[in-house]
Amino acid sequence: MRPRLYWPITFAAAALVALLTYGVASVGPDTSLDEALRDGKRVEAPVKDLPRLGGDGTASLADHKGKVVVLNVWASWCGPCEAEMPLLQRTHERIARKGGMVLGIDAQEPAERGLKFVHEKGITFPNVRDNDRDYIRKFGVSAYPETFLIDRTGKIAALTRGPITQEWLDRELAPLLEEKA
Amino acid sequence: MRVLLALVLVLGLTAAAEPKTTLPDVEDEVMCVECRTGLNVSTAPVADQERAFIREKIAQGLTKQQVKDALVEAYGPDVLATPEAKGFDLSAWIIPGALVAAFAAGVALLARRWRRAPAATPAPDAPELDPADARRLDADLAAFDR
Repeated sequence: MRPRLYWPITFAAAALVALLTYGVASVGPDTSLDEALRDGKRVEAPVKDLPRLGGDGTASLADHKGKVVVLNVWASWCGPCEAEMPLLQRTHERIARKGGMVLGIDAQEPAERGLKFVHEKGITFPNVRDNDRDYIRKFGVSAYPETFLIDRTGKIAALTRGPITQEWLDRELAPLLEEKA
Repeated sequence: MRVLLALVLVLGLTAAAEPKTTLPDVEDEVMCVECRTGLNVSTAPVADQERAFIREKIAQGLTKQQVKDALVEAYGPDVLATPEAKGFDLSAWIIPGALVAAFAAGVALLARRWRRAPAATPAPDAPELDPADARRLDADLAAFDR
């Protein structure tokens, strides 16, 4: 190859490879939150105003500071989400008097579908919508359901990527409810 | 006159009743948001929900673009099969164009070089045959002519 062409072509090929590498690396979910929690650190929960499902205006985690929040990401078309709804509803009712609550995030579906699901399942805890997934991406959400426990200071204390169980709630949620703000 | 008016009315009604787009027309340009495959090949529950949503919008008389806009409003931009023109996805729009431009520039450069290249030099004359070989060649050619 002529020396005059060698460097521009090499540079262009290297740039293309770097771009592809970045693309492949950035496709996967962000696992930094999981790593921090594994190391025993609590991470400040992202806050964003999101439209209320079935209501006017917006709501965010900031509205519930001082409470322990079970933040659950769901969609009506997700079977495991549907299966864990009764447990979430029972938990919401049980922890209310201890300064706790469940906050649902309905993702990637028309509002009317989410609302119909909420009515059918008899859900009374508040829900917001994140149809473009901008907010839940900050939690590294890659599938549904996923649940995050937010302490009274607004920090993420635990998470589960998949359906919750009563054992997990007993182990992770109960101690958080005993903490003071 | 009445016949003409009736004809115009009938034609108008026919045009209004015709759907502005079809499910297959939209389906191959959007994704199943759960399985990340084309909606036209997905059998996931959410894909059925998306298809029902599209049919509903088509029945309302929306155009293809309006149906796609409604899908983005409901399911977010991930529902579109085409990459967004922002962030890393922007490279999907830029790189093919840049490659085509680079190829065109290369072809233009080569064409200019070929045009500038000196005219082909004529092949050197064949060496002279020595008299003995020339005589033998003439004799052979004469033998072929016979």
